[in-house]
Amino acid sequence: MRSVRTLAAAALSMLAAYDVSLAGEPKQGGILRIYHRDSPGSASIHEGATYSINVPFMPVFNNLVIFNQSIAQNSVDTIVPDLAESWAWSSDHKTLTFKLRQGVKWHDGKPFTSADVKCTFDMLMGKSQQKFRKNPRKSWYDEVADVTTSGDFEASFNLKRPQPALLSLLASGYTPVYPCHVSPADMRTKPVGTGPFKFVEFKANESIKLTRNPDYFKKGLPHLDGIEFNIITNRSTAILGFVSGKFDMTFPTEVSIPLLKDVKSQAPNAVCVVEPNNVSTNIIVNSSSPPFDNIDIRRALALALDRKAFISILFEGQGDIGGTMLPAPGGLWAMPKEMLESIPGYGPDINANREQARKLMQKAGYGSDKHLQVKVSTRNIPIYRDPAIILIDQIKSIYIDAELDVVDTAQWFPKVARKDYSLGLNLTGNAVDDPDQSFYENYSCGSERNYTNYCNKEIEKLFDEQSVETDVNKRKKLVWEIDKKLQEDVARPIIFHARTGTCWQPYVKGVTVMVNSSYNGYRYEDVWMDK
Amino acid sequence: MFAYIVRRLALMLVTLIGISIIIFVLLRIVPGNIVDILFDAAGFVDPADKANLEKELGLDQPIVIQYLHWIGGLLHGDLGYSYVSEKPALQEILPRIPITARLAGLALLFSASIGIPLGVISAVHQGTRLDYALRVVSLSGLSLPSFWLGLLILMASVSLFGSMPIFNPNPRTWTEAFAIYCVPAMAVGFRSAALTMRITRSSMLEILRQDYIRTARAKGASEASVNYHHALKNAILPVITVIGIEAAFLIGGLIVTETVFNIPGIARFLVEALRWRDYPIVQNLVMLIAVVVVVANFTVDMLYAAIDPRIRYTD
Repeated sequence: MRSVRTLAAAALSMLAAYDVSLAGEPKQGGILRIYHRDSPGSASIHEGATYSINVPFMPVFNNLVIFNQSIAQNSVDTIVPDLAESWAWSSDHKTLTFKLRQGVKWHDGKPFTSADVKCTFDMLMGKSQQKFRKNPRKSWYDEVADVTTSGDFEASFNLKRPQPALLSLLASGYTPVYPCHVSPADMRTKPVGTGPFKFVEFKANESIKLTRNPDYFKKGLPHLDGIEFNIITNRSTAILGFVSGKFDMTFPTEVSIPLLKDVKSQAPNAVCVVEPNNVSTNIIVNSSSPPFDNIDIRRALALALDRKAFISILFEGQGDIGGTMLPAPGGLWAMPKEMLESIPGYGPDINANREQARKLMQKAGYGSDKHLQVKVSTRNIPIYRDPAIILIDQIKSIYIDAELDVVDTAQWFPKVARKDYSLGLNLTGNAVDDPDQSFYENYSCGSERNYTNYCNKEIEKLFDEQSVETDVNKRKKLVWEIDKKLQEDVARPIIFHARTGTCWQPYVKGVTVMVNSSYNGYRYEDVWMDK
Repeated sequence: MFAYIVRRLALMLVTLIGISIIIFVLLRIVPGNIVDILFDAAGFVDPADKANLEKELGLDQPIVIQYLHWIGGLLHGDLGYSYVSEKPALQEILPRIPITARLAGLALLFSASIGIPLGVISAVHQGTRLDYALRVVSLSGLSLPSFWLGLLILMASVSLFGSMPIFNPNPRTWTEAFAIYCVPAMAVGFRSAALTMRITRSSMLEILRQDYIRTARAKGASEASVNYHHALKNAILPVITVIGIEAAFLIGGLIVTETVFNIPGIARFLVEALRWRDYPIVQNLVMLIAVVVVVANFTVDMLYAAIDPRIRYTD
């Protein structure tokens, strides 16, 4: 199996190399100028929970393994060595051992060893003296018993039970290796990595500058002399900056479909792609208090949705309908179309669905003479607010009169974590297109990000069952069943999966926008400029 | 006069203490603190981590202690640490002050150098086509939002020149340096100029009807001498008041212009800090703005006496 994967990865790499050769021989030099959408709170990827940190700081680091940066779809088959030269699973799939590269140096000149790997993951697991100020992905390593080293260049992850998804989690842009000798506090302000670019400066609300690492262990890389991120919070100014040539590239996956039209009309030579970003827009229903503790009302709500209307109004048709897992072709774990359409509310006949929904509402005591009054809470930014307004309009058809309750960004997550809402519209991003990342975080009993209080012990057993399954096809079938069940239980009705745009000037080469995650594709070591 | 100045300075001090308390309390009343925000989108948050962070940032202490800590530091020139960047607040704030001050100064200069002469011209030519045209311009200045005007300028410059005057800390040419400060200053100063022009016009019209103006004309003084030497000198007091208020407003009120032109000044920084509930930055910046307002008011009062010898401050 391993050799088939290696062969597939090699074939894909050859295809990618063929693409590069078509674009011409990479040229060295140049500063890539990108505008940044906001000022990241810190430079520490491990302490962040937004790709606003990954985009500028992923080029500073290396992982043990990484998703091939020139292949758009992240999968286990596209994982390539990074700081590790190779990896191997034990026969019982409970130990994952990495052979590490020798001669790699941190940007401050100190040598990289297996101790750094152990340090990083001990900190992530909360086992070391040094602590992160916050550790949002601690649960990713719940099944890791410990990390052990053998000499300076071998590290092993010893698992409590098999978890094939661990390799994908380690390949995410969220999983760089940190140096032991630099404190977490310093990593927030002056990050030190082994990556293709060295950190130069981070001026909050102003700019982030990186410069080429001349001692990078991958010979000949990176091609660029540096990268500069100019922080521009005003979207119109930022887009005008790109159009006028002040920037070589837009902030990745941040250009909305209407803005993309503007870009194409004002800068017709710009290269723009629209791809899914693995962020779903969904309804969060507080099932622990009335009226949504009634499953009939929750089901009626799911049946009332006209998902195509959302996509055509907000994205001019460029969005996808699916369950929890990102729909195909971008997503790897999506249910087949027939299975999806068999779920109540996903059928093509919206009128029939709504008729069924009205019957359920009548059963719950509501009707044309007695409407249910609720508030739809959402975050006060357009990508949340706009779909919430459409939702309010759609649920009018099933006797629900909803009022929009916009919540300041600072209050939004604390509010939903407290379950201080009745009905809400939320966005859920997935860093890795893998069920382990999505299911445990959003649907397991007691998880802080399980905003809806959904708790089904039977389905939790299925989470574990799919998680240990090493046969991908068998795992897929389990995942489909789980996803279907989650939608039928109205755990967190998924409305749509958005697509967003990224543009760059025609002379920028070697950019690959990932299609099933917006967190993993920013190493920029292969990017070059043909000018 | 001396006693008056001492009394005004004492009043300024009391005002600033009052403002400091209001700023401090209001910030803590606003729901959500930095710890909530830092953890907002993070999954599986450990409550112990949150508690540790609150302790690290001193947010677990009673509000009075936190206030005394801040004021004590302020008196020693220690503005505390930014919770977000983990750098000294002074280090974060200081580089931004000259940027905003330069922008506000240029906007005021633009406002006064355009608003006062045009106001005089409009008053002197009252009821003529020129007066109507200038009044339309001044009304436009008051009606057009500066963010809209700013975006329009950016779009026009991209369309006409293929470039745009957004901030660059190291401008390469003199024209670039001019564009990155003067264009935003004009965008924001247009409204101020319009206001100054209207005040100048109405004040001039009132003065031009005074008996002493008629007397000056009867004595054979030239129109220019009557308008600028006799009339404007007396009409300028309300204009100074308006310019003083505008100066205070501009220090904290440039948020939209700084955002549209991407200028890293204190107004935009203040809003960002507020979004993160970065208390040390917010409270020190608001205090700075309060000091500017109080000092501007005091300066305007002193200018009255300097310009009009009839005004004498007494006990």
